[in-house]
Amino acid sequence: MKYALFLGCSVPVRGINYELSVREISKVLGIELVDIPEFTCCGFPTKSVKIDSQMLMSAKNISIAEEKGLDIVCLCSACSVTLTETLKEIKEHKDIRDKINDELKTLGFKPVEGKIKIRHFARVLFEDIGIEKIKEKIVKPLTGFSIAAHYGCHYFKPSEAYDHWEDPENPKSLDELIKVTGAESTKYSYRNQCCGGAILGVDKNLAYKMTYEKLQRINEQKADAMVLFCTFCSIMYEGNQKAILKEFEADFNMPVLYITQLLGLAMGISPDTLGFKLNRIRPKEFLQKFEQI
Amino acid sequence: MEDKVIKSDKINPKLKYEIMKIPGGQNLLKCFACGTCTVSCPVWQDDPTFNPRQIVRKIIIGLEEDLLNDDRIWYCTTCYDCYERCPQDVKITELIMALKNYAVTKGVIHQAFTAQVTEIFKFGRLYEVDEFFNKKRSQLGLPELNSESPDVKKIYSETKLEEYVDKSNLQNKSEGEK
Ligand code: SF4
Ligand code: SF4
Repeated sequence: MKYALFLGCSVPVRGINYELSVREISKVLGIELVDIPEFTCCGFPTKSVKIDSQMLMSAKNISIAEEKGLDIVCLCSACSVTLTETLKEIKEHKDIRDKINDELKTLGFKPVEGKIKIRHFARVLFEDIGIEKIKEKIVKPLTGFSIAAHYGCHYFKPSEAYDHWEDPENPKSLDELIKVTGAESTKYSYRNQCCGGAILGVDKNLAYKMTYEKLQRINEQKADAMVLFCTFCSIMYEGNQKAILKEFEADFNMPVLYITQLLGLAMGISPDTLGFKLNRIRPKEFLQKFEQI
Repeated sequence: MEDKVIKSDKINPKLKYEIMKIPGGQNLLKCFACGTCTVSCPVWQDDPTFNPRQIVRKIIIGLEEDLLNDDRIWYCTTCYDCYERCPQDVKITELIMALKNYAVTKGVIHQAFTAQVTEIFKFGRLYEVDEFFNKKRSQLGLPELNSESPDVKKIYSETKLEEYVDKSNLQNKSEGEK
């Protein structure tokens, strides 16, 4: 199984632990990831300013992958939704397709024909590898761990863009990926709440409040860690966690891991190889508990 | 006391048509004002001054000044909860995107977005993968990445996004260019 790896903006500098763990578990699962130096930002941040620019930037990235005949896997959920929606628009509307393809031609790129698939890495794990096959690779189950799933938003919404593969009110795939490690998926309320990261630059206090509410609810349920699979969500829950908890005078810390780090641990890969040293909230107690299993 | 009456000379009756021309704005008039979007909105739950149903109503009535002079139009996180639940398929997340695009054409843009558009112009990404990061990456066995993209610059000029780049903030170049 071979895919073009779409890193986007934040993974290469703010999510190196994510990238390391994705590459490591891919080796174990027989996933070949192809690096494409010409990939850039997917275009999402420009959408609020000029939709045409976002569409063309997305289409440019899609065109590059199509030329190589490779499906795209994204690590960031915003990349995933932006590229998926753009591809859908190009495929379904001739006027949009003609306009974009004309522009691509002017820029020296091949027209987008709509031959490739674009998916998030977690969805590829779930669909192309499958829970059963992942289970075969689990050698150090995380028995006794309670792990809180954070789906974020763009991984499965708008459900229309994703052909309704997840129930938008009650998504399941991340819970399945947690359970396959032997851990239980923490029950907590209001699980689908957005991290607020998209408005961090617009109203920091409000964004912080949104992030804090979920951290607090997860902490109340005594989860060992929170897992997610989007670098933007991680910047909020992990990168800004110290500042946020200080702001709300809360006295706890919550380890935040990428699902790929959790899977890697259960596959017997060392924490260092999975980039645990790069986690901002040191998962010290978490790893101690893991070693005692 | 504040005057609560909507004055007809404050209305742009064409606003709704302008918004409907922008991709994402097409379903505006389907709204029957049920309020499902508002009660679903995580931003509204924490700050009720951001109210998606009100935004839709204001567009339909044509309260352009009121909308564009209020930072609130930039408060949508694009979580899509309203989009999923709207019984009329208004696609409100996309509609708010269209409204922001319209505001930009009227010279109104939130500086957070100017900053993002500028960074992407400079580096091809929101964050520069500079020498420091490339060194770190290669030490960890990860491929080094380009610290700028001529393709992205071309897209900015082709789609006239260039004019929203903050020209005063272009000096901060990658090491190699200094
Ligand atoms: S949920 Fe849809 S129909 Fe109801 S008020 Fe919001 S946009 Fe209008
Ligand atoms: S997409 Fe925007 S307006 Fe809709 S519920 Fe989410 S934050 Fe609110």
